[in-house]
Amino acid sequence: MRNLLCILCVSFFSYAANARVITVGKNKSYTTITEAIQRSAGGDTIKVFSGIYHEKNLVINKPIVLMGIDYPVLDGEHRYENISIKSPGVTVQGCKVIQSGVSSMEDFAGIKIYNTHDVIIKDNILEDTFFGIYSQYGTNCTIQNNRISAYGKEEQQSGNGIHCWKSDSMRIIANKITGHRDGIYFEFVTHSIIWRNTSEKNLRYGLHFMFSSNDAYITNIFRNNGAGVAVMFSHDVKMFHNYFEENWGDAAYGLLLKEISDSYIENNRFVKNTIGIFMEGTSRIEMNNNVFERNGWGMKVQASCMDITVTANNFIGNTFDIGTNGSLVLNTFNGNYWDKYDGYDLNKDQKGDVPYRPVSMYSVIVEKNPPAMMLFRSFITTLLDKTEKVLPSLTPENFKDIAPLMKPLRL
Amino acid sequence: MKKVIKYVIIDILRNKIMLAYTLFLLVLSLSIFSLEDNSAKGLLGLLNIILIIVPLVSIIFSTIYIYNSAEFIELLVSQPLQRKTIWMSLFTGLASSMSLAFLVGAGIPVLIYQADITGFMMILIGVILSVVFVSIALLAAVKTRDKAKGIGVAILLWLYFSLLFDGFVLFLLFQFSDYPVEKLMVAVSMLNPLDLGRIMILLKMDVSALMGYTGAVFKDFFGTQAGMGLSFFVLLLWAVVPVWLSIRRFKHKDL
Repeated sequence: MRNLLCILCVSFFSYAANARVITVGKNKSYTTITEAIQRSAGGDTIKVFSGIYHEKNLVINKPIVLMGIDYPVLDGEHRYENISIKSPGVTVQGCKVIQSGVSSMEDFAGIKIYNTHDVIIKDNILEDTFFGIYSQYGTNCTIQNNRISAYGKEEQQSGNGIHCWKSDSMRIIANKITGHRDGIYFEFVTHSIIWRNTSEKNLRYGLHFMFSSNDAYITNIFRNNGAGVAVMFSHDVKMFHNYFEENWGDAAYGLLLKEISDSYIENNRFVKNTIGIFMEGTSRIEMNNNVFERNGWGMKVQASCMDITVTANNFIGNTFDIGTNGSLVLNTFNGNYWDKYDGYDLNKDQKGDVPYRPVSMYSVIVEKNPPAMMLFRSFITTLLDKTEKVLPSLTPENFKDIAPLMKPLRL
Repeated sequence: MKKVIKYVIIDILRNKIMLAYTLFLLVLSLSIFSLEDNSAKGLLGLLNIILIIVPLVSIIFSTIYIYNSAEFIELLVSQPLQRKTIWMSLFTGLASSMSLAFLVGAGIPVLIYQADITGFMMILIGVILSVVFVSIALLAAVKTRDKAKGIGVAILLWLYFSLLFDGFVLFLLFQFSDYPVEKLMVAVSMLNPLDLGRIMILLKMDVSALMGYTGAVFKDFFGTQAGMGLSFFVLLLWAVVPVWLSIRRFKHKDL
């Protein structure tokens, strides 16, 4: 063990001692990056000065730092993958990566990590790439502070902004992604964190989770994406302090949960979505301190969900608070604030004395017969809603908040 | 014609019921806005006023007014005036005073509390609906000679437009739930000025919910300039056609 440590120390210092800085650019030691990489050794820093570089496919197969000064442009000419990282310990920083190849056979990316670990990709600008940053079997990599934009028109012609596949311990921090198919895509990614990213105006999902467990996404903004955010077939996902805004359309959800279990949704804001949260086949979810504001439907909880606990959330100004498709209710709603609640509080404990039923008769009718939306807010539907409140017949009997709050929570 | 219109308007504005209606609208809308903590709920209350109270008062007041001024109309007819002119003056007088009452009663609170596109749409639709129901009232009054019967018809018409029609549509929707009737529903909504007005306000108010599948059909139609233009045109037809029919009837009516 001690020997090993010694070897490590020695090799580290020898590295540090030998590390050189190689400059690339006009009137610098090299004019192409490819050449500079060939001549470099592990631990070197390659400084690339501004200019336009046509490197075709730049392969980084040594643990070096590729550092752009004043955003040198790496042009993929719509044919090549700009940067392929095939060695651990690589840092790519401060480059402007544009026009990667587009292919339906291969997943070309602006920057792609192949089967390696400890890679840092930060402060880059990616424009008009097919996939933006792609991690394939990446481990312990950091993707930070990149600006990724594409101008895709169709889903088939466009890749994902940050795409992680079979990766582990990834850190996706403070990136801005727009115009791709999915802003951030996770498939078989574990123990990773997505933090402080902004993902907006993407064609499909702002964030797309598939089979990715033990991940957290915190303080992100997902705005105006084609279909919002989807989290599917995963467990132990933590969703805290995110903004889900203005995801409009028939199949657009602030947050779509499908086959999710053992997860936490806390302190998020759902504003102006057609559907705030749509849940299907979801179980054992804790939902606390979220705000649902001005959505078409605050939540749609399908009857296939169970053991979902919804406590201490604000529902304000939603057209419908909750929609559901059956009469089976295996979830708990308790102590939320509903602005439509018109009960009373005689003992002044700040909790309403009569339960609130968040599923209105009319939302049940619309669920069964969508064209009935035409009669929305008409006199007859108001009458039906009032009668239903007195004598529940169509709405699920057990779907109720037994201790609704009288005042909104400060969130 | 101007003189007759002037006389009708002054006569109506002196009417205590009109004053009460204006005050009622004013107090109701002010209290709705100041009681609710968020203005979205205030708008919702106002929507109910526009869709229920405004048509009711418009249609019943106008019908009663026509019957009560039967002698005045007879007097006018004996003068060298065209019958068309007399009737149009009555319509213009009623419509403008009802609109004025609505503008003062509901328009001012909206301008104070919610001066945005939704608010303006509400005022616009409220004014148009006032005119539409005056027009329908004239038709009902000219068709029936008996006062009690005429007022009964007016109330029934209001009931039909605000409740029965929608109930019937709901029934049909469930009967034809297996068919794609979304586009048909757009056409059906044209058959009721209240539905048309409501949908146009909702497109400004509940945009999020209306982006759902069926809602999107409405949005695609009513949200476009052409659809908007068409719906306003249809609302205008609802104001013009009944009054036109009633003129035709009035011209040959044995008073």
